[in-house]
Amino acid sequence: MSQTVFAPWEDPNEKPLIQFKNVTKRFGDFVAIDNLTQDIFAKEFFALLGPSGCGKTTMMRMLAGFEAPTQGQIFIAGQDMAKIPPNKRAVNMMFQSYALFPHLSVWENIAFGLKREGKDKDAITARVEEMLRLTRLSKFAKRKPHQISGGQRQRVALARSLAKAPKLLLLDEPLGALDKKLRQDTQFELMDIQEKTGTTFVIVTHDQEEAMTVASRVAVMDEGQIIQVATPAQIYEAPNSVYVADFIGDVNIISGRAKPNGEKVATQWAEGQPDIIGTTATKFDAGQEIHFAIRPEKVAISTEEPQDAANKVQGKVLDIAYLGNISTYHVELPTGHVIKAQTANTRRLSRRQITWEDPVWISWTDTAGVLLER
Amino acid sequence: MKRFSWFNATSLTLGFAFLYVPMIILVVYSFNASKLVTVWAGFSTQWYGELIRNEEFLNAAWVTIKVAVMSSTIATVLGTMAAYVLVRAGRFNGRTLFSGMIYAPLVMPEVITGLSLLLLFIGIGLDRGVLTIVLAHTTFSMCYVSVVVSSRLVSFDKSLEEAALDLGCSPFEAFRLVTLPIIAPAVISGWLLAFTLSLDDLVIASFTTGPSATTLPIKIFSAVRLGVSPEINALSTIMIAIVTVGVITASLITKQAAVRQARDERMAERPA
Repeated sequence: MSQTVFAPWEDPNEKPLIQFKNVTKRFGDFVAIDNLTQDIFAKEFFALLGPSGCGKTTMMRMLAGFEAPTQGQIFIAGQDMAKIPPNKRAVNMMFQSYALFPHLSVWENIAFGLKREGKDKDAITARVEEMLRLTRLSKFAKRKPHQISGGQRQRVALARSLAKAPKLLLLDEPLGALDKKLRQDTQFELMDIQEKTGTTFVIVTHDQEEAMTVASRVAVMDEGQIIQVATPAQIYEAPNSVYVADFIGDVNIISGRAKPNGEKVATQWAEGQPDIIGTTATKFDAGQEIHFAIRPEKVAISTEEPQDAANKVQGKVLDIAYLGNISTYHVELPTGHVIKAQTANTRRLSRRQITWEDPVWISWTDTAGVLLER
Repeated sequence: MKRFSWFNATSLTLGFAFLYVPMIILVVYSFNASKLVTVWAGFSTQWYGELIRNEEFLNAAWVTIKVAVMSSTIATVLGTMAAYVLVRAGRFNGRTLFSGMIYAPLVMPEVITGLSLLLLFIGIGLDRGVLTIVLAHTTFSMCYVSVVVSSRLVSFDKSLEEAALDLGCSPFEAFRLVTLPIIAPAVISGWLLAFTLSLDDLVIASFTTGPSATTLPIKIFSAVRLGVSPEINALSTIMIAIVTVGVITASLITKQAAVRQARDERMAERPA
């Protein structure tokens, strides 16, 4: 089955659903959002990712209408939201604490928003039943929120926020309170529901794995600014800065001086060591400070000297982290750098041949890493 | 584990005796057949019968209940509003001053509250009667309500209100449909507290009352000056009963909510 790739952000004719235009938000002296401009398109699953205090929750609360920007404008479907209170927005939010109404049953919780719209009884009943089926909660309709488990509560919160069929659904750390196994199941469930309903989802999370799993695009934030917005694969494979590379997954960073050489750039990184050869689309000046970033799984490790590797260097094994499916070797180079190399454990543990203190070779191709300016 | 010792038993007995012997004597003598308060002459409920036929007492009782119901209701509305604003408004200039001013009447001597209210009512030319007592009682019981309600509101998850707004409620609807039902137990115990406070207030009532409105405590106080009659004992017993029921109900309402919550949470643990 051939499918066109979903990428409205690359289509110049596509109108964004949400537009942040030079938005700044200050709380007293603290700048939560710093002159931020960003478009989010309809039907996207957009993740705001960052450490706590980076402004991601503030962005979401401004979309919901609980906070107003200090400067700049926010548009939803072309409409300036400055004067629109939360109850007049076609936006619903799933709260981190779920915020289920404890005095109402599951059924009444889901019906709450529909009743406020003044719909007739049959329409409300039909919609609530539909939401209960979608979130597999039909059995629990009569229970109160504290009579169901955490995972079920989370689904009630989702059903309640989806019931009004909002243009935009905001999810604030929706899976934070669930244990890992349940969280993974729920992530796929969320994607499934997002696809079925065609709603635009904006999710706030500090869990990079979660953002990578569910999102069509990820925005990595730091100190009130978006550092990079891209698809999960681009963020991982082509981070635009050391911050992003370091925030998403595991990475080795080697700093040095650039020595451009035609298509390739060599990085001088230590006395007496061969330069690291890498490819890049960016132009670097000779002698400019650059950072070479490479993921551990792209670093090969061997006891024999590899023959046709573009980059190879010798070191000794400092530490081994055995994670079951993969092992991470920490290899100390003569220069003092510690490089992480990862291999999949396709063989049984007993057959593994590299152990602590072993002298090893690590190597990678010239396209395995990225070169970063900052 | 049982830790019985004569020391514990004695101090417990003395403590409770100190608290309750006077009241027990009063209750026991209300069932005395003799007209002399200090001489026991057998069990009888005749004083309760006479009490029912005593119009003055009945009138006073009616006035007291009217005052208590009205003042505690007004105090509950105002106290809840004050608590809501103080807890929700966040930090504004003079917040400490405002909350201090709400709680100050808690420690203000009743004589001073009563006197200042009296001066106010005279100053604005308000005829003293039921209305003035209601206003006075509202004034001092309101701060008790706001203390009870604000302690509940502090632990109230603000995102519940935001969720209500998010789902299309106006701020007032959010309060009526979400906040109020959840804090209802605190509001009810606040009301009961205000009710009992108003019921047994003597000092403030005697400052602010007029000839047309005599509350039960005032009536009892003036009757006792002419000598204690078994009738008064009977009346006091009834008042003790009402106050006890009120206080126990207030604490049961709070406790039951907690017990139900705990039971439901245990139920949630079980797989469905």
